[in-house]
Amino acid sequence: MQMPEPDARVLSIKPQLVKRLREVLPEDAVIDAPEETRAYECDALTAYRCPPLCAVLPSSTQEVSDVLRICHELGVPVVPRGSGTSLAGGALPTADSVILGVARMTEVLEIDYADRVIRVQTGRTNLSVTGAVEEGDFFYAPDPSSQLACAIAGNIAMNSGGAHCLKYGVTTNNLMGVTLVQMDGTVVEIGGAHLDAGGLDLLGVICGSEGQLGVVTEATLRILRKPEGARPVLIGFDSNEVAGRCVSDIIKAGILPVAIEFMDRPCIRATEDFAKAGYPDCEALLIVEVEGSPAEIDDQLARIIEIARRHDPVELRESKSAEESARIWLGRKSAFGAMGQINDYMCLDGTIPVSELPYVLRRIGEMSAEYGLGVGNVFHAGDGNMHPLILFDANKPGDLEKCEAFGADILKLCVEVGGCLTGEHGVGIEKRDLMSHQYRDVDLEAQMAVKDVFDPKWLLNPAKVFPLPVSAGRRAG
Amino acid sequence: MRPESEDELAEMVRAANGPLRVRGGGTRDIGAPVQGEVVETGGLSGVTLYEPGALTLVAKAGTPVAEIEAMLGAEGQRLAFEPMDHRVLLGTEGEPTLGGVASANVSGPRRISVGAPRDFMLGVRFVDGAGRVVSNGGRVMKNVTGYDLVKLMAGSWGTLGVLTEISLKVLPAPETEATLVIPGLVAETAVAAMSRALGSPFEVSGAAHGVAGTCLRVEGFESQVRYRTAQLTELLTGFGAPQVLEAVDSRALWRRIADVEELATDAGDVWRLSVRPSQAPGLVQQMRADQVLLDWGGGLIWARVPEGTDLRARLEGFGGHATLIRAGAETRSRLAVFQPEPAPVAALTAGLRQKFDPRGILNPGILG
Ligand SMILES: Cc1cc2nc3c(=O)[nH]c(=O)nc-3n(C[C@H](O)[C@H](O)[C@H](O)COP(=O)(O)OP(=O)(O)OC[C@H]3O[C@@H](n4cnc5c(N)ncnc54)[C@H](O)[C@@H]3O)c2cc1C
Repeated sequence: MQMPEPDARVLSIKPQLVKRLREVLPEDAVIDAPEETRAYECDALTAYRCPPLCAVLPSSTQEVSDVLRICHELGVPVVPRGSGTSLAGGALPTADSVILGVARMTEVLEIDYADRVIRVQTGRTNLSVTGAVEEGDFFYAPDPSSQLACAIAGNIAMNSGGAHCLKYGVTTNNLMGVTLVQMDGTVVEIGGAHLDAGGLDLLGVICGSEGQLGVVTEATLRILRKPEGARPVLIGFDSNEVAGRCVSDIIKAGILPVAIEFMDRPCIRATEDFAKAGYPDCEALLIVEVEGSPAEIDDQLARIIEIARRHDPVELRESKSAEESARIWLGRKSAFGAMGQINDYMCLDGTIPVSELPYVLRRIGEMSAEYGLGVGNVFHAGDGNMHPLILFDANKPGDLEKCEAFGADILKLCVEVGGCLTGEHGVGIEKRDLMSHQYRDVDLEAQMAVKDVFDPKWLLNPAKVFPLPVSAGRRAG
Repeated sequence: MRPESEDELAEMVRAANGPLRVRGGGTRDIGAPVQGEVVETGGLSGVTLYEPGALTLVAKAGTPVAEIEAMLGAEGQRLAFEPMDHRVLLGTEGEPTLGGVASANVSGPRRISVGAPRDFMLGVRFVDGAGRVVSNGGRVMKNVTGYDLVKLMAGSWGTLGVLTEISLKVLPAPETEATLVIPGLVAETAVAAMSRALGSPFEVSGAAHGVAGTCLRVEGFESQVRYRTAQLTELLTGFGAPQVLEAVDSRALWRRIADVEELATDAGDVWRLSVRPSQAPGLVQQMRADQVLLDWGGGLIWARVPEGTDLRARLEGFGGHATLIRAGAETRSRLAVFQPEPAPVAALTAGLRQKFDPRGILNPGILG
């Protein structure tokens, strides 16, 4: 993985830049001391690090606009940052860039239960959005596992998903409006507390644009009333194929669970050793959760169990209480931590058509043997979004490179069977160079044309998403 | 022109030396009148993939919606966004196509609980104004690989490209449904009742207020529907005693609401406004329409006014957007059919259209 050479001209104007930024921001909102910029040198893809030229922490849309106008004038690249939990290197700086963090913009601007919307500044964390409406018994649906830390800003930029998106959709389906500041400082209001766009669906393309079209400072989000309750059933199978067929049969039966999670044997073993959730020793395990009143839950679980029985499960455990639900979820929730106990890991995020599940899992197993690296699979089976966790040893020379090659092969496989490189984590730098496996040049050209319109000078997070050779002409200009 | 393949379409667009009018089934004659040679998508038709177990369907853009719905129906599934059939309101003929539904982002009452076509479109292929064949998205449910041009194409009214193929997420059709109808409410209390229902955990999938009364729909398994109906009845006691419509009547009612049938018969222009629900009662009062139908819990206002009325002039500065759906050609050329955009948004729109259609030949003028 390569990043472009930093621009010497930009490096040389650092003093002038910092001075200009201090004119529009409070003293403590401009961070330029090398020992302090280090705090912004990476996101959750920690294998890649580079301190920025400086970092700024504006407190308002106006300040964001002022910062961008100055950077635009001086031709300095800007990398927007929420909480820095991106797994794709989306918030990784370059040495010649300014990190623009929205961490100080955490206010709730409006809550309206009658219209079922909340408006927040985007530095607010995902979980604290739900926290703000909990007293009204409402919640914000997209729930990435990183929800305690990640910001709405990053969620919008990555179009993040979560465990419950089978029923509630991902960020883009729950986002109603944004305040966006363009690179030249122009402030644009898009959408609001009403549905759909009057003209082109700009909101739709801004969501998931990985900080390349503008800095989102405020957002209107849809909030929902909490369901009366939720309970899962755990089902064990002695083959991945059968588990895959069971998922498909549940969906075909007209039941729409809020979550269908899948774990394979390596992952089950690791979590058992780590969390002792009492999972069965089997090839594949499903956790299927449904919502509603106690009677509605009983009824839906009964239907699911009846379908599961037809597939000869080796284990069937229906939760009857909050404690039992917590135990069933315990292993799934500790899966990443458990794999981390064994070794360093890299978390992939490809999506495949659900019907290809057994084939893809078998091929991953074969490749794991060829590469000599362990891999565990835990993922959202209802929508085919896989999270293979490849184990490697960061201290062993060559292991990271081997792991990356293995990861790339898995993602190419996802594309080959009709899927995609990333279901919810984003392209960032991590999958940037694989984009040409999924899209032809003309397809990438159409996407880059959108950036040309929003950010003609290509100063916003420029070295991400598109393979460097493909975006080279634009970045230089 | 009626291309029989995507390649042929691309060739035609490249060779075009004047404006083109893109047409699916021709049932949605909406927008400022467009002069140009007609390009019809009927030759690009057929479902190319349907996997009920994966809730996905891929079809060419000219495929009739009815064909897709029949195929889904046979597997107990459906297009959850409940597309409106504009023939009823506009008096048009022809067969609505998937491409038309996508290009106009046409949804119905269930928009409020599940979303619009934009939320169900997983991937697109299209021919842009320069004749380039572009593909974006795919056929899987979660996909954040690159920019989401799928959403940009949804509701772009053929101005960025001619859609050739669309992949969709579909959903299971519920076992049954029922509708509570509360009679005699005025707009203000109706919106309050609908907000209360939509803010409950009972998964209301339709909330409208019109000639039938204030209507609230629940869907699901038989026992679920019974439970939810009872719970909602209790929750809404303050608003009056509801009548309950069982499945068959409920379905017929929502078909009529989706197609805005009650505004269809009498003469006049018909406007469609997307607004913040709680502002609907005030706006209804301000607009002095001859008849209104509220959908989406008040978030969607359908209004019939005398021909030639500039409804927006009566609603100075409201938050939301108004579209003139039914009016004579003269009115449609005179009044902006689509909501005028603030300058910075208009600049982005113009920039995108310039990139995707550099010669300005795709449905020029349709957006006003
Ligand atoms: C343990 C763990 C679990 C995770 N689980 C999930 C999961 O279940 N589902 C999921 O989808 N993701 C998950 N993620 C990934 C990550 O949390 C999400 O991508 C998240 O949305 C990133 O938010 P952030 O605020 O940390 O953004 P950052 O990492 O700071 O930035 C992410 C991207 O957003 C851009 N950006 C940031 N702020 C703005 C802004 N104001 N305007 C425009 N662009 C901006 C950045 O430039 C960057 O490209 C997980 C990560 C970790 C570490």
